[in-house]
Amino acid sequence: MRYNGLNVIWQGLVGNTGWKPAWRTPVPKSAYDAIIIGGGGHGLSTAYYLAKNHGLNNIAVLEKGYLGGGNVGRNTTIVRANYFLPGNQEFYSHSLKLWEGLEAELNYNVMHSQRGLVNLFHSDGQRDAFVRRGNAMAAQGDDAVLLDREGVRELLPYLDYDQARFPIHGGLLHPRGGTARHDAVAWGYARAADRRGVDLIQNCEVTGIDIEAGRVTGVQTTQGPIRAPKVGMVVAGRSGQVAAMAGMRLPVESHVLQAFVTEGLKPVIDHVISFGMGHFYISQSDKGGLVFGGDLDFYASYAARGNLPMVEHVMEAGMTLMPMIGRAKVLRSWGGIMDMTPDGSPIIDRTHVEGLFVDCGWNYGGFKAVPASGWCMAHLMATGEPHPVARRFRLNRFATGDLLDEEGTGSQHNLH
Amino acid sequence: MRITCPLCGSRDRREFYYYGAADYLARPAEGAGLEAWDAYLHLRDNPAGMTKDLWYHEAGCSAWIEVTRDTTSHAVLSSRLVAAVESADLPGRSAPARKKAAPRKKKGTS
Ligand SMILES: Cc1cc2nc3c(=O)[nH]c(=O)nc-3n(C[C@H](O)[C@H](O)[C@H](O)COP(=O)(O)OP(=O)(O)OC[C@H]3O[C@@H](n4cnc5c(N)ncnc54)[C@H](O)[C@@H]3O)c2cc1C
Ligand SMILES: [Zn+2]
Repeated sequence: MRYNGLNVIWQGLVGNTGWKPAWRTPVPKSAYDAIIIGGGGHGLSTAYYLAKNHGLNNIAVLEKGYLGGGNVGRNTTIVRANYFLPGNQEFYSHSLKLWEGLEAELNYNVMHSQRGLVNLFHSDGQRDAFVRRGNAMAAQGDDAVLLDREGVRELLPYLDYDQARFPIHGGLLHPRGGTARHDAVAWGYARAADRRGVDLIQNCEVTGIDIEAGRVTGVQTTQGPIRAPKVGMVVAGRSGQVAAMAGMRLPVESHVLQAFVTEGLKPVIDHVISFGMGHFYISQSDKGGLVFGGDLDFYASYAARGNLPMVEHVMEAGMTLMPMIGRAKVLRSWGGIMDMTPDGSPIIDRTHVEGLFVDCGWNYGGFKAVPASGWCMAHLMATGEPHPVARRFRLNRFATGDLLDEEGTGSQHNLH
Repeated sequence: MRITCPLCGSRDRREFYYYGAADYLARPAEGAGLEAWDAYLHLRDNPAGMTKDLWYHEAGCSAWIEVTRDTTSHAVLSSRLVAAVESADLPGRSAPARKKAAPRKKKGTS
């Protein structure tokens, strides 16, 4: 059933009795033309574009839990294209363009809201760095506006402009940046892939990767073996374990990132605000909750929850920036497993095994990448060649020195 | 999370700087090839479960410590001085750079 306004009205009149499940619950076949391991945002979008752009529809997504139960449903939903380095820029620029057409493309309301993202700066040096970044963004064809202190005050009057430690000198506004409803992105891609014939198989954990004479031949799963000549590993924080099934060690260390949401409040924060010096960022969800977070806890973890020191740090940073939030009650906090690469940038590449591909290393920033990652991974799996906008996301770039160190902090897992 | 420093006892996690997997102790020998250096610096087992990693008691006694932890529960199981690991397990290999770890830089939104 197509989703549209008429259907909504009609279903209202007939007591909502006509809605069908958004996707099928198929039994896995014994063989497919391609298998995607991982039913997160990236796995689902890969399957969708394999079917849509490359005509492969005898394919399956194997998800060990439920669709969207991983990071795609745990992130703070920021979507932006304000990257600086060639290699990252064109990729995220492509992704943002896909976001802008996503709802029509998927026939699904992903609540993409381009409310504008403001990155604050607090010194002349930081301002110069943002001017440079803004110019790079504009040169790429994206948008960036430099705001002075008064310009920021106009948009964000509730910040503390008197604090001495991090005086607000201005900000870089990225008007096309914003947020989207994270679960809806997973559900939208799932439904659209299903409609193109993709089998979405939940509760199906991949436990082994079959390789014969250097070629992938299929996978072992908790629902039995499934054959396929092409397999994509798209499992985010679990990439280390799945790659190990193919005898690989990845340049990835999994860390925990926490996030927080308050009780629902009336509209008060209209933008996404990033306070980099305090390791704090915030936006308000459409339900009214203030959604915010900070840095990684900074140690290897699969616990999908963090520790109290980072909770305290994030709360302190929030209070420093906008004391008005002090009375809001935090409802929940949670954590996700972040696949950190040494340079903080992702990997979409072939592996040493013929027919086996990897899409990982999204660090804490892979939600915005969901459309372009699927687009490029599908291109790679279908054609065997990296997509032009993802050509720098190579698996061996740490050995060759072709790093994509966006923050310039060094090639080490815990520095990003 | 509390970490036991062999010299100072059980201390708040905030006193420690996390460096990375204990792989950093197995520094390739002089003249080792590119692959060995790539593996040493970048490639990780990244285990879900028991792991050994290096922590620096920055706000304490300045010792480098090898901590055995469970990455799925954050339980800290044991710890020993890197100096002791070196002489016990890794003859002839040098410890990570002893200089103080650089302060963390700012980051943007996620
Ligand atoms: C707190 C937090 C805040 C974040 N904020 C942002 C943000 O504001 N903006 C942004 O761009 N990014 C953000 N991110 C990062 C973003 O969420 C991730 O980079 C991205 O979701 C990862 O890709 P994914 O959606 O495919 O991962 P996931 O949803 O984790 O998908 C991987 C899937 O693989 C499955 N899997 C694992 N092992 C197996 C197996 N053996 N067999 C079968 N299936 C398996 C898992 O169950 C999981 O469903 C944030 C992350 C967190 C945790
Ligand atoms: Zn100590």
